[in-house]
Amino acid sequence: MKFTLLIQSAPIDSQSSATALRFARALLKKGHTIERIFFYRSGVHSANRLTLAPQDETNLPQEWQRLVSDNSLDAVVCIAAAIRRGIVNQDETARYGIEGENLLQAVELSGLGQLIAAATQSDRLVTFGGGG
Amino acid sequence: MKRFLIISRQSPYGSAAAREATELALACALFDQPVALLLLDDACYQLLPEHQPETIAQKNLSAMQQSLPLYDVDKIFVCQRSLAQRGLTLDSLSLAVTSLDTRQISALIRTYEMVINV
Repeated sequence: MKFTLLIQSAPIDSQSSATALRFARALLKKGHTIERIFFYRSGVHSANRLTLAPQDETNLPQEWQRLVSDNSLDAVVCIAAAIRRGIVNQDETARYGIEGENLLQAVELSGLGQLIAAATQSDRLVTFGGGG
Repeated sequence: MKRFLIISRQSPYGSAAAREATELALACALFDQPVALLLLDDACYQLLPEHQPETIAQKNLSAMQQSLPLYDVDKIFVCQRSLAQRGLTLDSLSLAVTSLDTRQISALIRTYEMVINV
């Protein structure tokens, strides 16, 4: 089956992003296809590569980076939600004349259309977080 | 083409939830997907007229809400029980919406392929 995953809550504040990561791994293990992973609302913090974790804790953005690049997955952060929350790539720091890009390398900044396009191509859209 | 149902549960201010739910509904419409919006719990307050968010330095959500029918998000549903719990009636709202009881809501959700709880 083809899945699109939507992550809406921030790591640390919620378990959702970690659950989504484990779900994504399980999907691949079972031979399913992931059409796209989309980060919306506070879920965009999952794509902050400047996140640091104590040595004995999981660094979730790092884990997302590894999953996406190891499996050549398509991962997108909602640009409107991201720039409001200070998640930017080089294009955006140049556009707004600010310093400090922090977006994970394996993840792209794009619009909500990418979520809708992926959902229309998928058998299932599974959301993590949100509702609050 | 898939049919999308966007569910919002939050009041218009206090967090970006209502705005981001509305933006998602509009985006579905802009990308030519059939879309409906379901307002539960405090989301009922999103449809009250005469918001004055400038007093808390927020942008008015109503303008965006009012544009929903223009973008063909013409199906807006609201939970009857949530309205009643808050002492609100359909005619006190700023948009024409359909109210549903809980049984109708569960039937409604089953008819959509893509359900997003924002």
